[in-house]
Amino acid sequence: MAIAHSSSTEKAFAPAKKSTRTAYFLLAPGILWLLVFFAFPLINLAETSTKTPAPTFETGEFVQTFRFANFFDAFAANQEQFFRSFFYALCATLLALAIAYPLAYAIAFRSGPWKNFLLVMVIAPFFTSFLLRTLAWKQILGAEGPVVSTLQFLRILPSDATITATAFSVIMGLTYNFLPFMTLPIYASLDRIDYRLLEASGDLYANGATTFRKVTLPLSMPGVVAGTLLTFIPSSGDYINAQLLGSPDNFMIGNVINSRFFRVVDYPTASSLSFILMATILVLVVIYIRRAGTDELV
Amino acid sequence: MAESKKVQGDLVLEHVTKTFGDFVAVDDLSLVIPKGSFFALLGPSGCGKTTTLRMIAGLEEPSSGKIKIGDTDITTTKAYERPVNTVFQNYALFPHLTIFENVAFGLRRRGIKDVEEAVEKVLNLVELSHLKNRKPGQLSGGQQQRIALARAVVNRPALLLLDEPLGALDLKLRRQMQIELKWIQTEVGITFVHVTHDQEEAMTMADTIAVMNNGKIEQMGSPADLYENPSTVFVANFLGQSNFIEGSVTGTDGDNLVVDLKGSKIALPKSRNNAKGNVLKVGIRPEKFRLHQANEKVSGNVLSGGVITDISFFGVSTQYLVEMPWKQELMVFEQNDGGVPELEKGDPVALSWEPQFTFALDGNSN
Amino acid sequence: MIRIYAAAAVFYILLPIFYTIAFSFNDADKRNIVWRGFTIQAWLNPCEPIGICEALGNSFKVGITATIAATALGTMIAFALGRYNFRGRATTNLLIFLPMATPEVVLGASLLSMFININVGAGLVPVIIAHIMFCISFVVVTVKARVASLDPKLEEAARDLYASDWETFRRVTFPLVAPGIAAAALLAFALSFDDFIITNFNSGTVNTFPEYVWTASLRGVPPQANVIGTLMFVIALVSVFAGQAISKRKQTRR
Repeated sequence: MAIAHSSSTEKAFAPAKKSTRTAYFLLAPGILWLLVFFAFPLINLAETSTKTPAPTFETGEFVQTFRFANFFDAFAANQEQFFRSFFYALCATLLALAIAYPLAYAIAFRSGPWKNFLLVMVIAPFFTSFLLRTLAWKQILGAEGPVVSTLQFLRILPSDATITATAFSVIMGLTYNFLPFMTLPIYASLDRIDYRLLEASGDLYANGATTFRKVTLPLSMPGVVAGTLLTFIPSSGDYINAQLLGSPDNFMIGNVINSRFFRVVDYPTASSLSFILMATILVLVVIYIRRAGTDELV
Repeated sequence: MAESKKVQGDLVLEHVTKTFGDFVAVDDLSLVIPKGSFFALLGPSGCGKTTTLRMIAGLEEPSSGKIKIGDTDITTTKAYERPVNTVFQNYALFPHLTIFENVAFGLRRRGIKDVEEAVEKVLNLVELSHLKNRKPGQLSGGQQQRIALARAVVNRPALLLLDEPLGALDLKLRRQMQIELKWIQTEVGITFVHVTHDQEEAMTMADTIAVMNNGKIEQMGSPADLYENPSTVFVANFLGQSNFIEGSVTGTDGDNLVVDLKGSKIALPKSRNNAKGNVLKVGIRPEKFRLHQANEKVSGNVLSGGVITDISFFGVSTQYLVEMPWKQELMVFEQNDGGVPELEKGDPVALSWEPQFTFALDGNSN
Repeated sequence: MIRIYAAAAVFYILLPIFYTIAFSFNDADKRNIVWRGFTIQAWLNPCEPIGICEALGNSFKVGITATIAATALGTMIAFALGRYNFRGRATTNLLIFLPMATPEVVLGASLLSMFININVGAGLVPVIIAHIMFCISFVVVTVKARVASLDPKLEEAARDLYASDWETFRRVTFPLVAPGIAAAALLAFALSFDDFIITNFNSGTVNTFPEYVWTASLRGVPPQANVIGTLMFVIALVSVFAGQAISKRKQTRR
């Protein structure tokens, strides 16, 4: 018994070095992977951005000339798509927020025995390919689908109008795709609220609506922030929804980047665009987080 | 911001019952708490005291019965419409608001615009004015507790409910807060209803105590009444400790009953007898006993032939266990003031006590 | 009121899924857009369209490999973050957070760019590499939450009862964190299986299932794709409910 005790006291006084060594050992493989396959490619992307076509004019051949003007050229040529991307992403985020918050609230506070089932239903879309889902929307909203027929029948829509191939359907697609990403963090935040705080609020003369405004809503903010970020960021870079549910008039910056990589082999432009997109998002996110005031995100 | 009709008066509970499915938490409770008093609901976990408190607060609705303040029936009034405020067990301070805003919360909800003065006043009352811009997370437990109190008191409710508010504090702080709470109550004059399982706390602070068990009130009265003259075994054992010895009435002697206690004759004042028949459970508190060595001259009620089987030192007092000839172990507390000679395990002793401290319950009671 | 809204919202969420399931039973022409009649033909011949089952197989290959690797790497990082003190914590957190904040287009493009520059051809291997990369962050976040909620007193109690570091980990820490690791693995697999953009950038001529659907969408998605989609949905749904039932039974038995 004396032996076991002495070894446990040894561990209690073990120098921090041992713990730190284990920590680095645990971190190393994953961090290395991220450095090599995330950080380095991004640096590489920046480097590619400043290249220009090789003197040989061979397709796919570029030389490094540090042409920073590439960024300006790329942005100028695709301003429309940039602004459109952020506009669509903003609309989708706001729409998703409007749909998701009441849903998350209902699940957290009003669902009773249905809670688990509802949560599974919220993540159910993850269980099917999102391409199939988006194609399904294309069908549902398409010219031969039920929605258009019904709306035309009710004379709300003129007989030659379509819903697909419009900004509306692209935004709708984006909203639908990222709805779980908005709902779950908000739900998690709401679920975490100590119900006794809500009782205290009632005890202090706040009725249901006031309690929501003054207690529930502020306390759910971390979830709202997380949800909006998880929706806005991927939405701004998306191109699937625009391709499937929109027309070339609705193309986003993601579409341009994709085509510059594969259709028109113009790596510097594609890289510049990617870089500008990422930089813009980072700036917006930092400003947003500062304003919203959450400390820890991960 | 007019206080249109100030609801005030005694708190009255009439035949209040609360059931949760098959479980009866509060069983036909009727109670009057006088305005301005410090009232304690005392009882073990699960006795229904917290449920009763929540019904008064409006956080639960009674299954049947009425709750009134003065003449106003508040049974179905929502919590946010009642002039009742609660100090919650875990304080329930809003983590996203400053201390100032926490305290001002109730005032603002009632439409009062100028909250500065009232909030400052009550923060000074609890001596935490310097923390008004901090957030609850930055305060210690004791400080949070005082803020929770301030947040409730600032609204001048007709009734202030306290749900075991001192449970999370260490002993010294608890004692300090007990004194402070009592002082604040007298200062402010609001009716306090304090729920606790700590009998010492209830006895120190309350004007009136109601001891609850299994959803019913066992006995209600002043701390001294309940302590010196308990009417049930439960109350006798919940407040302090008691020794119960079986005996039977054999006669009377003036204002006293003569009781045969395991062969010895002792005197029991008639006023302290709660038994119906002649078979009694005679109760004597441990601190009322006096220990005497075998050959001492002793007066009062006496039980002799005991042997000390255990001695425990409590600082202020010493606890002795004395085995009597009929094989029952009696508990004796003696103050360590030099009045008792050095005793050891195995010493023969006799026990005496003043007859006026005897009380008796029905021989068949539990 | 709000409950009706919740029901409506759930209906909205499930609508495209119902459509997908329904049209797997369609007697389809080339495009499978208009309902022509009920048939189970697609279900009987799920691999008939060229390349569909190969793509599905690729998705599984990539998914399983990436899940195992990402879960292992991510769990280790989560433990390091949750249990140890070390310098560079803020940088590590940033490095974990950034991939989640980067649009897939950028991730895919940058990887492709790099692979081109070092002359590595496109194919399944770059895809697996990419998937491991973006799944690590999600695994870390999921497992870290679970590690953080673990009471350190439990491990202290184990050591007090003569368990070595390894035994403590094996008998106390790991079993308690295991549900979080399982959840992270499921999440990683779901993300990998359903990934399109990053995969599309790096896979070249090889196809995963989402890529198959994408290419098919230009000429007409066969109902067999719906069949596979339905199967995945049902399997996932059943496993989730089964998992919940099992954990509920475990709790009541104790």
